[in-house]
Amino acid sequence: MSDVTNDSAKIVGQGIDRADGRLKVCGAAKYSAEWSLPRMAYGLMVLSSIPSGRIARIDTQAAERTAGVIGVLSHLNAPKLPKIPPQGRVLSLLQDDQVHYNQQPIAVVIADTLEHARDGVRALQIEYAKSVAQLDFAAASKIAYSPGKIQGNDADSSRGDVAAGMRNAVYRVSQSYSTPFEHHNPMEPHATVAVWEGDTLTIYDSTQYISGVKNTVARTLGVAPEKVRAVCLYVGGGFGGKGSSWSHVVLTAMAARHVGRPVKLVLDRPQMFGPVGGRPNTEQKIQLGTTRDGRLTAMTHDTTSYTSQIEDWPDSSAMVTRMLYACDNQTTSHRMTKLHLGTPTFQRAPGESTGSYALESAMDEMAYAVGIDPIEFRLRNYAEQDQERKLPFSSKSLRECYRAGAERFGWARRNPQPGSMRNGHWQVGLGMAGATYPTRRSAAKAKVRLMPDGTAIAQSGSQELGTGTYTVMAQVAADALGYPVSKVRFELGDTLLPEAPNSGGSQTVASVSPAVRAAALAARGKLIALALQGPDTLWRGTDANDLDIVDGWLRSRSDQTRREPVAAVLARHGSVPIEADGDARPGDERQQYSMHSFGAVFAEVNVDRDLGIVRVQRVVGAYGVGNLLNAKTGRSQLMGGIVWGIGMALLEESLLDKRYGRIVNNNLAEYHVPANADVHDIDIIVVPEDDRIINPLGAKGIGEIGITGVAGAIANAVYHATGKRVRDLPITLDKLI
Amino acid sequence: MNNFSYQRADSTEDAIRMAQQPGAKFIGGGTNLLDLMKGGVERPQTLIDVSRLQLAQIEQLGDGSVRIGAGVRNSDLANHAAIRSAYPLLSQALLAGASPQLRNMATVGGNLLQRTRCYYFYDTSYDACNKRAPGSGCAARGGINRQHAILGASEQCIATNPSDMNVALMALNATVRVRGIKGERAIPIAEFHRLPGDRPDVDTTLAPGELIVAVDLPKSPFADHAYYLKVRDRASYAFALVSVAAALDLRNGTVHDATLALGGVAHKPWRVREAEKALIGKSLDANVMRNAADILLKGAQPYEYNRFKVELAKRSVVRALTIAGGVA
Repeated sequence: MSDVTNDSAKIVGQGIDRADGRLKVCGAAKYSAEWSLPRMAYGLMVLSSIPSGRIARIDTQAAERTAGVIGVLSHLNAPKLPKIPPQGRVLSLLQDDQVHYNQQPIAVVIADTLEHARDGVRALQIEYAKSVAQLDFAAASKIAYSPGKIQGNDADSSRGDVAAGMRNAVYRVSQSYSTPFEHHNPMEPHATVAVWEGDTLTIYDSTQYISGVKNTVARTLGVAPEKVRAVCLYVGGGFGGKGSSWSHVVLTAMAARHVGRPVKLVLDRPQMFGPVGGRPNTEQKIQLGTTRDGRLTAMTHDTTSYTSQIEDWPDSSAMVTRMLYACDNQTTSHRMTKLHLGTPTFQRAPGESTGSYALESAMDEMAYAVGIDPIEFRLRNYAEQDQERKLPFSSKSLRECYRAGAERFGWARRNPQPGSMRNGHWQVGLGMAGATYPTRRSAAKAKVRLMPDGTAIAQSGSQELGTGTYTVMAQVAADALGYPVSKVRFELGDTLLPEAPNSGGSQTVASVSPAVRAAALAARGKLIALALQGPDTLWRGTDANDLDIVDGWLRSRSDQTRREPVAAVLARHGSVPIEADGDARPGDERQQYSMHSFGAVFAEVNVDRDLGIVRVQRVVGAYGVGNLLNAKTGRSQLMGGIVWGIGMALLEESLLDKRYGRIVNNNLAEYHVPANADVHDIDIIVVPEDDRIINPLGAKGIGEIGITGVAGAIANAVYHATGKRVRDLPITLDKLI
Repeated sequence: MNNFSYQRADSTEDAIRMAQQPGAKFIGGGTNLLDLMKGGVERPQTLIDVSRLQLAQIEQLGDGSVRIGAGVRNSDLANHAAIRSAYPLLSQALLAGASPQLRNMATVGGNLLQRTRCYYFYDTSYDACNKRAPGSGCAARGGINRQHAILGASEQCIATNPSDMNVALMALNATVRVRGIKGERAIPIAEFHRLPGDRPDVDTTLAPGELIVAVDLPKSPFADHAYYLKVRDRASYAFALVSVAAALDLRNGTVHDATLALGGVAHKPWRVREAEKALIGKSLDANVMRNAADILLKGAQPYEYNRFKVELAKRSVVRALTIAGGVA
């Protein structure tokens, strides 16, 4: 079907308020931990306090005798699960006495109240037989190994002749950059409620992927997927941490079956630092070579990260280097090494956030080595195509991002000499970096139902992470239907709805909106066809192509005075809702084009000359991200990414005690994310970008690009302010005094 | 959190009598105690709510001193007109601490008794913390000790006092008035908090069952030249890596008297009279200020992750004096 929607009345793109905003500020949006069911019991996970060894003894008798305790699950009594090769995460499900990391789930205590469950946990007696734990990343890096593949891509890449490129270089930069272990710290901790009714299971879970919960739980427990339903109406922050179903989800289902009652299990804040993933630390070695005039002759980017003893989860920091700049001679590699820690996972822009910090720092160092402006240096090495995949970009507006960002930021006033700009005891620095993130898309399904009262319900089993899915999908459906957005409600978060992909990898909009649009267009077509039928139709003899739907009215294109409310059409046909399905998936365009978002980030910092305190006074981010479906939620999401980038640059670090394998700052007082006082002016520019190749809505997805480039821009600004190059995040004051 | 009984005291006598029960603890704002109870660090049998006692007044006493009731909330104290004008150091220190929500709840008495933020004290999974479990060892010495003490620590404990208010009270020569079963006594602030020594489980010289009823501030010559500098990783809502309460009695550009206290570096606010004396009779210049800082930090003993604190503290002293003295 051609583009039949009325472009002049486009709702998509408008910065309308969030559909769920009022519910959220009133506390009426129901988060997963807020489901309360009759006879519900409360489960608490007990986590190991050693990093390696086995449980020598676990005495549950006292706990079981504690008032209100209904059951205790441990490896002694947990049901033996089918032994199947894990797909995705390797979980800790009480199948043996082995301890592979500190904070590994080793028991679940279930009681009639949360307080009684706590009493039960305290009454548990656990003795360990400790064994030697490897917790020293530097030592373990000596036996790092290749993961082979990273999410379908080769772990290593090679093109041209790097040795020759380095030999021919006039300028060379060779540096190592490191980024720390971090944890997601969403406001809403992981939470699961599980209820069995006979052999069917319903799971209310805080997740970025309800179908993943359903499939993981079904496969792990050996039950048929159709017997499992997963529900999640709101997520209070996921950031990749809730993209996988972790042990607690399955354990809650096991606990509910064990006690024959619904069970609610919520992680406490310290439990968020271990068993549910985090961003692995990285050590990244970068070498660049250029000609005298600053053209890259060679690039290498070799990165090492940690993974757990039980699962290989490789970081992907060097991926960004493969396509961001033009260079004929390049190698990249990813290595990992095993530590006795919980398995790391996706965390906002996994790879691109950390990798762009290292690459863009090295690019800044090289710009200084060559003696040219950092933007000019990047323009001289502008990649017109994806050199690694030898494909054209579906769209790329990076040149315009550099230009628009520099202009808004006032880059021209920058004196390139480090330490040259001052304001009292503050040293002022201006820095920039490139931002990029892949444009992903997966298959998705949707359904649209046109109701007799003139409203429409669009549905897809997607997720609302606080990013605006409810809002933008209603906008997409409204435009495709020709309905006012106030008459369209979007439903998500239930596996009974048509299946949608993981809300990770910035792909929700790119994947789900085409399916919603397809379903809405199909429903619209059915409505028009129906309008023409029947003896009492107003539209006898009218050609279907002459009929349009605008603002909830059926209308003749040739004579706009002829119109009828859509509800009237449905009323004439027995007030039966019209339903249509949509099914959208990427095609072979993904093999023909390289698809990425690009941007340029500019930061102004003040660094206290004596005390090393860094304040980010201003950030300007200019992005080419295709169409924004909602100007307001889109801007908020990009801004949220920038704020996190400030945290990544200056604050965030999970401090690992190498003796215990435990994160010492496992709370929100000591794990520093930016407070309002850390965030000053943020200015966001979205450059016009019309990309019809990526998907029918031309929207690239903005969940992650906002964090990329920010740490690099800030680190480069700190160098400009002080002349000190900090190659180890976060840039805390002790590294500057 | 363990089960506990809750009792509300209607008078200080009542509260003190109730406090003679074993395992009893007073609760004011609860901003620290409740966190510690949730974490299983504090496990009181009985909580005695003293928030209804008539201890929330700020009174001017005849001799020019001020008496601050132990129940005065941090935000009320920080914003009190008399405190802002006569003791700006205290007001600034209070406002540098915690968040508005916490300051609205937290009391003066509770702030004096705030416990350390040492990671190993807070997380009961660690087997070694002499402050939490006497005799178990100190995990912080060989662990992540970025926040920890560089002065006055012991083999048994290298924790720091996390309060900002206490640092200002130290600089202002406050007196803590406490009442127990045997009556009332006054404890100079310098003697109220302890160094850890071999009893790091004991933070203060308060006797069991004693209730803090007030804090007295003597008339201060430091109202015009005072600055509380808090250096921390995050711009707000973070504990000090180093803080400095600096105040001067300046007369014609010469230091007539000075007071200097450091926070974030020891088990108690750190003050060395010799450092202050080194300023007296001098006009503030870089060498004079740096010399005072050197004296104040004499004997500093850093650990693996907090080596930077020694130099940071010295520079912070110079900065705070510079701002207090208006010589920037």
